[in-house]
Amino acid sequence: MDWSHAPAVWLILLPFVASGLAAIWPRRWHPGYVMTGTGALGLAVLGWWAPGLLDGEVVRWQHAWMPALGLDFSLYIDGLAALFALLVFGIGILVAIYARYYMPAHYPLKRFYTLMLAFMGAMLGIVMAGNVIQLVFFWELTSLVSFLLIGYWHQGESARDAARTALIVTGGGGLCLLGGALLLGHIVGSYDLGAILASGDTIRNSPLYEVTLVLILLGALSKSAQFPFHFWLPQAMSAPTPVSAYLHSATMVKAGVFLLLRFWPVLAGTDAWFWGVGTAGLVSLLLGAWIATFQQDLKAILAYSTISHLGLIMMMVGFGSTLGVVAALFHVINHATFKASLFMAAGAIDHEAGTRDLRRLGGLRRLMPITATLALISGAAMAGVPLLNGFLSKEMFFAVTLGSDYGTWVDTGVVLFAVLAAGLSVAYSLRLLVGTFFGPVSLDSPRSPGEPPRWMRVPIALLSLLCLLVGILPARVVGPVLHAAAAAVLGAELPVYSLQLWHGFTWPLVMSIAAFASGCVFYVVTRSYLAEREATAWIAPVSARRVFEWVMVMLTETLPRWQQAVFPARHLQVQLRVLFGMAAGVAALVLVQFAWQVPAPGRIDVGLAVLWLVGSGCAIGAARQAKFHRMTALMLSGGAGLAVAITFVWLSAPDLAATQLLVESVTTVLLLLGLRWLPKRIPGLVRSSPRTRRRRLGDFLIASVAGGGMGMLAYLAMLHPLPDAVSRFFIENALPGGGGRNVVNVILVDFRSFDTLGEITVLAIVALSIYGVLRRFRPANESLGTPHLRLQAKGGDPAMRPAHPGATLPGFMAVPARLVLLVSPFALLFAVHLLVRGHNLPGGGFVAGLAVTLVLIVLCMARGVRWVEARVRVAPLRWIAFGWLLALATGTGAMLLGRPFLTSWHGSGTLPVLGTWHFASALFFDLGVFAVVVGVATLILIALAHQSVRAPIGVVRHDDTEPT
Amino acid sequence: MLMSSLASLMLLIAQLLLLLALAGAVWRLLRGPAVQDRVVALDACYTDGLLLMLAIALRTGSILYVEMALIIALFGFITTMAFAKFLLRGEVIE
Repeated sequence: MDWSHAPAVWLILLPFVASGLAAIWPRRWHPGYVMTGTGALGLAVLGWWAPGLLDGEVVRWQHAWMPALGLDFSLYIDGLAALFALLVFGIGILVAIYARYYMPAHYPLKRFYTLMLAFMGAMLGIVMAGNVIQLVFFWELTSLVSFLLIGYWHQGESARDAARTALIVTGGGGLCLLGGALLLGHIVGSYDLGAILASGDTIRNSPLYEVTLVLILLGALSKSAQFPFHFWLPQAMSAPTPVSAYLHSATMVKAGVFLLLRFWPVLAGTDAWFWGVGTAGLVSLLLGAWIATFQQDLKAILAYSTISHLGLIMMMVGFGSTLGVVAALFHVINHATFKASLFMAAGAIDHEAGTRDLRRLGGLRRLMPITATLALISGAAMAGVPLLNGFLSKEMFFAVTLGSDYGTWVDTGVVLFAVLAAGLSVAYSLRLLVGTFFGPVSLDSPRSPGEPPRWMRVPIALLSLLCLLVGILPARVVGPVLHAAAAAVLGAELPVYSLQLWHGFTWPLVMSIAAFASGCVFYVVTRSYLAEREATAWIAPVSARRVFEWVMVMLTETLPRWQQAVFPARHLQVQLRVLFGMAAGVAALVLVQFAWQVPAPGRIDVGLAVLWLVGSGCAIGAARQAKFHRMTALMLSGGAGLAVAITFVWLSAPDLAATQLLVESVTTVLLLLGLRWLPKRIPGLVRSSPRTRRRRLGDFLIASVAGGGMGMLAYLAMLHPLPDAVSRFFIENALPGGGGRNVVNVILVDFRSFDTLGEITVLAIVALSIYGVLRRFRPANESLGTPHLRLQAKGGDPAMRPAHPGATLPGFMAVPARLVLLVSPFALLFAVHLLVRGHNLPGGGFVAGLAVTLVLIVLCMARGVRWVEARVRVAPLRWIAFGWLLALATGTGAMLLGRPFLTSWHGSGTLPVLGTWHFASALFFDLGVFAVVVGVATLILIALAHQSVRAPIGVVRHDDTEPT
Repeated sequence: MLMSSLASLMLLIAQLLLLLALAGAVWRLLRGPAVQDRVVALDACYTDGLLLMLAIALRTGSILYVEMALIIALFGFITTMAFAKFLLRGEVIE
């Protein structure tokens, strides 16, 4: 049967592809067709599989995704998944047709359908997931798409609020679910759904069972809008009505139910399961029904009723009895049909009358008779009237509650609460239907209502028809599907249940009659009271939404404010102090255990000691001068850098020395370019008081501790013999494996070339960001005046001043300029030399790139930017793009030849004239690095240097104010 | 034998003297007093570094260290030039 499994992956890809298609759909055609077509195709595939699925077969498809982590992309479609997929596709088609006429053409329809289709794919991903991590991924995807759809009208504040609330609640639940999934994988040893489902006893007996259960429950309850997370669903009603019908009643909110049913075989049957799932379900059932009774907005009634009905399903799942599972599945189908139909009807009323407020509606039976009839059927199904599907699942629910055996008072309570909730459900259904369709015609509605377009009624009609068909001929219509789904959850131990209208005069029927009668009485008695009522009786002061808002305010306002008061963000010093203090503390904790095994230094090299004294002197001097004499500090750090470079040579690391020297020069020039724009010192601004002196002493201590700690770390690292396995591997394999004698370079461009690729990517991104930031930067007015250092300088000769911004004096620095011209070709040649021989001897793309940049810099300094730009075409962006693509292409080339990404090739041979040649493909990679480095450095350089040739808009440069 | 030990002794002395010169230049770098003094001192540091590398190259007999000296020779003056330009013109690149 393997041939029939291949379409599984196409089935999951289909909605996503369609989603992309809808985004670029031509304007001439309505994007709704894409969604209708997708749903129809999906149903066709399901229909093709139907014979097998109904026989209990499982369609599986697997692809190794990250085999090293034990992660597969796998699809697992059994009866349960098929039932939910049926809902996703079936209701999807109807919603697409409905939305085609509900959404006015001037709305951003492409966005709507793109998101709806993306949701369709994400929801399918949940139900078809064969791997729990994959399930969590799609779970989060549905939260995200739901967020975007609730915020569809993002101009409205309430929509944005609602979207954010929904995302925080369901996203947080998803995080918990991820924890639960990881724990499941940890207990079982595999993330594969088949493996997890096969090890129920292992999971239930594991000491981690309770934690896992709680985490998974948090995910399921938040997604299904169950108490105490129910508050996001009514808010989510600010989404367009098709979204409410599709996501927030028929499919997405049922994901929590799906999850619990999916893991029913391995998690259910314990007391923890009963109390956790059952209690949440019972509270949601009653709370939702009670609040729904008090609502005036049609969609709000339906939303709270959804919470209530989902609570009912949860409760049945929570009982842990097999009949409960069957009843839950049955009610999932029934609720999806009548609730989606009612949502669409409410949308039609809103569409026609312009309001959803019960107080402003009435008598619509006369104005829109067909819609009224359809809504009456679905509403009656919601109330549980016989001959309709809601009646049957309610009977089954009563039967389940009667079968409860958790102790006397629990059993009695459950039965009473069930009747109570069913009665309330009758009452709010009556309010909804009577208030909208009966009574005198309301003249209060903004528009004069009439029948909605025919195709808007068709989906409602189909769903209402389904309510009737299931209600009258349940075994024929849903019997097989329900059986397959229940068998997928329960396995062989299916309970005895009968799908038929008349079971005889039984206890569930008595309960039904009691609920119906009490609901009617409640409605009649409270009718006029409820018509005026704004808030829900008894529980209005305690609202979960208010608690949530309080928590959000705590987290986003109160806590940050407190934290800002304690660690003021305005004073960076305080933050730095905390940061470095903590780092030093942690480091001290680690280092203290080495303190008594610090090896004594061996022979002291006098020369090196002198060099280091000199270097440290420079470094300390730089630190001392850094605050007020930036240029001096820069020079001193140059001295320190030189000392480091000489040390590298002394310790036989010419590679590092070359890099250090070139980086030193480039950095100095770049810093000098930026130095010009830093604010000047304001004399007398900082007074030296005992307090500042104390503060400085503290800073000095922190600096000494941090520096000393770093030094000690380096000292320890150098004196401790390291396990040499890694470095020996590199040294031994550089020539045979990488074809190069320069181990450092071989590591960079071959062994760890993926890291290097990442690094040059980051480098390119950094350069582009700098360019982006500085492109719009205009220097501050204060820094426009002539630099004060230039005023102090002896060369403050008026003749030396440029006549206008960007002007270059001819003959200025003439000797260096001439020398630079002579040296540059050799410097460039040297750079090429460094690049080419880099694989075998010190050098490489990075160093060569820096060298080329330096040549450009020195030319710019000596001859001016304009001179250079007139002669050399510098296009840094192209350099970056070329280099990065070349590096990538080198790696991909290996893949084309069937080797792993970034595998290098090297070989050697003899040529007639040139002698032996040796070549490694890593040279191309290095060439890419080289080009990126050149591009990045020149881009930053140009971005900085152009500041000086550019005056701020509308401000004349202050060069003339210079005293002579 | 004697010659080689004499040569290595001379090289050691040369290195020490160069280091002393470096220390002197750094002293000027630290003390100033004028900015120009510091720039000249930094340039002297680079020259000292170049010579030190040559001395190391002679001691170890490795051509690679000569190349490091070459790098200083080719690129070391850029820093000095940048500072000079900054002091004279206020801009490094115009």
